[in-house]
Amino acid sequence: MADASPSGPDTAAREALYQELILTHYRRPHGKGRLPHPDGEATARNPLCGEDVTVSVTLDRGAGDNVQLSEIRFTGQGCAISQASASMMTDLAVGRSPGQLSALEGRLRALLHGDPAAATDETLGPLRALSGIARVPARLPCALLPWEALRLAVQQATSSGHSPER
Amino acid sequence: MRRADFPLLARHPDLHYLDSAATAQKPAVVLDVERTFYETSYANPHRGAYDLSTRATECYQEARQVVGRFFGVDDPRRLIFTRGTTESLNLVAAAWGRSHVRAGDEIVVTRLEHHADFVPWQQLAIERRAAFRIAELTPAGELDLDHLRSLITPRTRVVAVAHVSNAIGTILPVAEVAALAHAVGAVVVVDGAQSAPHLAVDVDALGADFFAFSGHKMGGPMGIGGLIGRRALLEEMPPYQTGGDMIEVVGDDRTSWNVLPHKLEAGTPNVAGAVGLAAACTYLTQIGMSAVRAHERRLTTLASDRLAAIPGVRVYGPPAGGRSGVVSFTVAGLHAHDLATILDQRQVCIRAGHHCAQPLLRSMGVPATARASFFVYNDEGDVEALVAGVLAAQEIFGAPADDPPASAAGAAVEHG
Repeated sequence: MADASPSGPDTAAREALYQELILTHYRRPHGKGRLPHPDGEATARNPLCGEDVTVSVTLDRGAGDNVQLSEIRFTGQGCAISQASASMMTDLAVGRSPGQLSALEGRLRALLHGDPAAATDETLGPLRALSGIARVPARLPCALLPWEALRLAVQQATSSGHSPER
Repeated sequence: MRRADFPLLARHPDLHYLDSAATAQKPAVVLDVERTFYETSYANPHRGAYDLSTRATECYQEARQVVGRFFGVDDPRRLIFTRGTTESLNLVAAAWGRSHVRAGDEIVVTRLEHHADFVPWQQLAIERRAAFRIAELTPAGELDLDHLRSLITPRTRVVAVAHVSNAIGTILPVAEVAALAHAVGAVVVVDGAQSAPHLAVDVDALGADFFAFSGHKMGGPMGIGGLIGRRALLEEMPPYQTGGDMIEVVGDDRTSWNVLPHKLEAGTPNVAGAVGLAAACTYLTQIGMSAVRAHERRLTTLASDRLAAIPGVRVYGPPAGGRSGVVSFTVAGLHAHDLATILDQRQVCIRAGHHCAQPLLRSMGVPATARASFFVYNDEGDVEALVAGVLAAQEIFGAPADDPPASAAGAAVEHG
């Protein structure tokens, strides 16, 4: 313990942080851009590193309380982790209700905190490629930043009369 | 150069610590001196009803002498111990600034200030309805003295300037800045956080009316630093904080202040920190600041040349000789945070981000850079590990993409 490297011993595990799937999403992100007429748009910032992600969404309001996310785009400059997380998010979010989206974010948080059950949870789909973050806690905010922006954008879309700027 | 003097580095021979601009590792002499103080001389100073307290007071006074002399100051009353540069600069902005800056006055800073020497002045300007002016940089990342000259007017009250940029390493011509400021009667405040550990500093020769520094970047303990001021300015300043130690007489409805330096040091002081900082100053003096500078200059030049030779890598700021021990760079197609994580896997510690200098990074047109910084314990092996790590990161991320577009403002350009 006393002689454990201060820079982290788990080299092999952390090499796996940058799985090919993450790099693919980073190089060619899905859902990049802005919706021209969003129902909600919000920016999440990480003041420590200066990264920001802006997410715009439209909602489909079906009968009764049946609200679903119909379109989503994101913009922002950031690291491979935040960009890949945002890109995968745009793939997974369409067709889900606000409740389902927040449940998904909760599962992602569990995954990033190293919950072994989340690592095999198929509802997370490609997001499981981010599981290596559990060993690099400094990068956790990067993976969650797009999801924070999504949460704020959906909140704004579902609460009428909200100003478009956070 | 001196790795064996630093217990953490001696314990971890494979570690490449390249983040000394954030904080420096501690030589054993600093740790030993602090421990000895606690074991032999510890009590609350200035309450001297007994011998032990007198000994603690003497330790504190001696530390003040040693640290002051490190900066060329013989009168120890001119050194106010603080928690560090941030507190020192806030002290000047609050205590001196509020009592001297009025509506319509002007405050001048530079584009490359750390947030600690930018935000306090910006906020003071807002509060006092003073104008807040920012001196820009040349395309090479140096202070544009012509622009600065155009901003300084008879209404200028303060010119606040970093001695060395923490983000890109530029060494600023503080003496020339001071001459311009003094010509209109303005006060010169120097953020010395990044120069105190790396350059020989004579506060008065520099022309600084106030000079702020942090002990932890010099190899001293965390939580101690200082503010050196001109005696007359310190004498006329109202207190920054009030409470114990800083009073003379406390009446029911009024209080008079203690003499310098106590007037500006409310509460029980950080004597152990001061004693440790004095040991760090002595350690650096024994090496010799010109030797420290020469060593870091050699490593900075080597690292800049080696990195700039890698396709896709841009090194920011002036040529290496005009920088302190800082190499700020980007790698095309690779975000600085990803680079830092991959380097960390190889036991290379660097900083990634905006380096608490958002106004500068904005003007450079980059959201983040990677920053390697050097101190007395670094050597060529650290540079080689850094270069190898950058190449490995490029390998993981694939071939470098096209160079990102140069910044429109062009505040800092490629070097090499």
